[in-house]
Amino acid sequence: MTEYEPVIGLEIHVQLKTRTKMFCGCELSFGDSPNIHTCPVCLGLPGALPVVNERAIRFGMMIGLALGCEIAERSLFHRKNYFYPDLPKGYQISQYDVPLCRGGRLGDVRIHRVHLEEDAAKLNHLGASGRIHGSDRSWVDFNRGGTPLVEIVTEPDIHSPEQAREWLSLLRTTLKQIGVSDVNMEEGSLRCDANVSVRPAGSAVLGTKTELKNMNSFRFLERGVRAEIQRQIGLIEAGEAVVQETLHYDPVSGGITPLRSKEEAHDYRYFPEPDLVPLVATDAMLAAAREALPAELPAERAARFERELGLSAGRARDLAFRADLADYFERALAAGAADGGVDPVELSNWIPQLVERIGSDRDPAESNVAPESLAALATMVKAREVSRDAAREVLSRLVADGGDPRAIVAREGLGALSAEDDGLGELVDRAIASDPAAAEQVRAGNLKAIGPLVGYVMRETKGRADGATITRLIRERVRQAG
Amino acid sequence: MNELIELTAAAAAQRVRAREIDPAELFEAYRARAAADDLNAFTWVAPRAPAGEYPGDAPLAGVPLAVKDLFCTEGVPSQAGSRILEGYRPPYTATVVANLQRAGAPLLGKTNQDEFAMGSSNENSAYGPVLNPWDRARVPGGSPGGSAAAVAAGLAPWAIGTDTGGSIRQPAALCGIVGLKPTYGACSRFGMIAFASSLDQAGPLTRDVTDAALLLAHMVGRDRRDSTSLEFPEAIRVPRAEDLSGIRLGVPEELTGAGGGVEPGVRESFEATLARAEGLGASVEPCRLPHAPHALSAYYLIAPAEASANLARFDGVRYGLREDGEAGLVSMYSQTRSHGFGAEVKRRIMLGTYALSSGYYDAYYGTAQKVRTKIAEDFRTAFERFDFIVTPTSPWTAFALGAKTDDPLAMYLNDFCTVPMPLAGIPAISIPSGLSDGLPVGFQLAGPAFSENRLLDAAHALERAIGFDGSPARRSGESAARG
Amino acid sequence: MLDRAQVLHVARLARLELTEVELERMAAELSHVLEHIEKIRELDLDDVPPTSHVVDVVNVLRHDDPEPSLRRETALRPAPEPVDAGGFGVPSPAAA
Repeated sequence: MTEYEPVIGLEIHVQLKTRTKMFCGCELSFGDSPNIHTCPVCLGLPGALPVVNERAIRFGMMIGLALGCEIAERSLFHRKNYFYPDLPKGYQISQYDVPLCRGGRLGDVRIHRVHLEEDAAKLNHLGASGRIHGSDRSWVDFNRGGTPLVEIVTEPDIHSPEQAREWLSLLRTTLKQIGVSDVNMEEGSLRCDANVSVRPAGSAVLGTKTELKNMNSFRFLERGVRAEIQRQIGLIEAGEAVVQETLHYDPVSGGITPLRSKEEAHDYRYFPEPDLVPLVATDAMLAAAREALPAELPAERAARFERELGLSAGRARDLAFRADLADYFERALAAGAADGGVDPVELSNWIPQLVERIGSDRDPAESNVAPESLAALATMVKAREVSRDAAREVLSRLVADGGDPRAIVAREGLGALSAEDDGLGELVDRAIASDPAAAEQVRAGNLKAIGPLVGYVMRETKGRADGATITRLIRERVRQAG
Repeated sequence: MNELIELTAAAAAQRVRAREIDPAELFEAYRARAAADDLNAFTWVAPRAPAGEYPGDAPLAGVPLAVKDLFCTEGVPSQAGSRILEGYRPPYTATVVANLQRAGAPLLGKTNQDEFAMGSSNENSAYGPVLNPWDRARVPGGSPGGSAAAVAAGLAPWAIGTDTGGSIRQPAALCGIVGLKPTYGACSRFGMIAFASSLDQAGPLTRDVTDAALLLAHMVGRDRRDSTSLEFPEAIRVPRAEDLSGIRLGVPEELTGAGGGVEPGVRESFEATLARAEGLGASVEPCRLPHAPHALSAYYLIAPAEASANLARFDGVRYGLREDGEAGLVSMYSQTRSHGFGAEVKRRIMLGTYALSSGYYDAYYGTAQKVRTKIAEDFRTAFERFDFIVTPTSPWTAFALGAKTDDPLAMYLNDFCTVPMPLAGIPAISIPSGLSDGLPVGFQLAGPAFSENRLLDAAHALERAIGFDGSPARRSGESAARG
Repeated sequence: MLDRAQVLHVARLARLELTEVELERMAAELSHVLEHIEKIRELDLDDVPPTSHVVDVVNVLRHDDPEPSLRRETALRPAPEPVDAGGFGVPSPAAA
């Protein structure tokens, strides 16, 4: 059975969060009444001419710098010629062989290029209208037409659907943090196409790739890519060839269909845009872009968490990928430090717990749990002053009503039971007595059988005893008894 | 009434400022003539004089202006000589036109032209050909044949047009008037319906050089809506020069020799003008523009290529003609465009699309852009030794209607002497140098970028010496003498 | 030099529909013009940079400040098929 390696590259379009469009002064909008943000330029009226938005250039450079790209000394705009109702001029002003940025890397994935272009308008469908030939009608809203877009193309360095999803998430966090876009897939300010191929594991030759277009959520991206990989493997195993084509993934049915597209391949007939002049990246422009970037980007932050705080790679990434979580974590760390010190790893365990309780789309800073409280809780757990289970209880109370964890523990009597506490020893004896079969298993060396005994004690102590302590006690008593 | 028409624009402006003429009367005099136009020079004439402030104190003193139809004029038909824009009224006005209106030149009318400025005879208009006032069986030149004929026939005191490969200068030559193509970037292209973006420039068509300077002064200047427009380094002055002492004129054999197919009558007039120039103190020497013979080829690759993209917006979706909107999208596109565009436009779109298409870009468009570099270099080198390059504007005088319509290549050869300048982005002016068989001949001077003031001065001096009398053509309705 | 198939292909790219007569004539005319133009390919231009821009200016940029947009009625006024929803009606691409 051949093992196949997926080879995936992503093509991402990001709508920039400027005030006005790429080539004219119409305001950007989302969800506004149709065709109220148009002008001769973005409507493609005869005689209109484009003028480049300075902020869009700066944002483009910021993205390039954040992704470690080389910013071209001199880049050009080109016309990309084709006919479609959402393209008012019959060409899109984009960049071709002299783009704004080349090279770069984010996490494990290399960047091929980054360039600027204008977005198309929005084509809406009306459905059958009962006209003479029964043809369907559509209509165009030009509000979106001309919105500044940055296109980011990666090298085919991604090798699994999960990795695709994770990396896109990192990109999204990064772009969000540098403030150039809302990067909201549902709203369309972040759009992602995937180029997918497979090859036998270990081969250096690339297989034929297909293009999966416009998956509009992270989940659909992962599923779509997975479905396409499976489809391609299926074809190859059946002895058929993968055809280079553009495909659409239907998240409802899970099916992949060719996009009902061009009868002939597009010949875009690129040529340099004569209505615009070249872009030269001056020192001043680069300096301005650099200054506008935050001091530390997510990938760097994750690396620092790993390196300096000893967090695992996965935990570091989970935190750093969300600026609000990472900020809260660092505030809690600082609060803990002021309070005598808190273990970063232990503290980091409690962030996911907090997120689970407040909801994954909420900022912990807005919850009832003050950072110093979380730090204090982590410290108590580490010091075995409270069991892990009890601590979860405490956290739930904190989320509901806020407050000080120490006070809650004292008030509710949730302090950990220690091994020296006789009450605990009695409970362990009762547990062993209640299930002699399990005890016998444990004595015989089958540690897996200890579960029910531990469970008994946990229930009786309402979770106040630490699991590890209970386990140790049980094994001691069992040995003693035997 | 006749008196008013005989005045140049500058003279009329002066009389208006001196309160000797009523600008409303001036406007009406021209308006009536334009409305009675039998040369088909106008596609739209203002129904009445504009209301509003007394223009007499403005720089252009209310002297009415004819505007080539491809300039967008808000609320007024702007059809670029094409069916595909029949009845189209833009929601905004071209910068250059707005500047002139603000300077006090009210819109008299929109003039007929070759469709989308593609042509050298005004026979490619969807609104019928324009007739040459010197001989109504002949063409006025193109593309702004209407503007040129109107000025030559006294239907308008002055006009503006656009020049891409010679479109202002060639009709000026064929109609016996002055036409100037400015330095590329000197005038804003915002609101000019685009033909070839890297070549198009707006410019004046006038009775004399002084009028041209007066108009140009209010046309140049950086426009923030046109990224390719530049600040003109100095103000355009009224030309005063009366001689050419110290001026070095270069005559390129590539454009004036047998290769250009220059008619004998035109050659004679050209030589006579050179002699006059020497009489005014200029030196005249041969010069070389080695790549000039290839300019036409480069032009007929670059211009159609850019045009093929510029004309893609005419698709029946948002404005203009729409055909077959019921059948389906592709059908709507191709029916609209096939019915809306004339033969010459289709030919150039095809040529341009081909030159840009996959596999052919390097050989055609790419090569043409390199030839362009060489042509610009040739001029730069020549301008180290010469102040101006001079040629006949057109290799021949006005030809008969229909004479060249069967052979596109023959038509393209009209531009032989005028095409190198826009490729290099440099300014050039055509002034009438005499008659050949009763038809006007044009003399062209080209200068380095931003040399408009010196160009106008030289042209002014030469114009005085030549003393061309264009008056026969001004009496509309009278067939011109051909003797 | 340009055969019928090539002319058809180019016409398609340009969304032009030519009659049989036009096709033939176009093929002849374009070939004739191209023959003449072809001569520039004989020039030695290997080291010559193409002129992509005539003006020697770079970085013409505008500030990200809003300017007034057209009113919708103005934008839609010349529309061949304005729809109630407030946009420009067209045949659906899918139905093409």
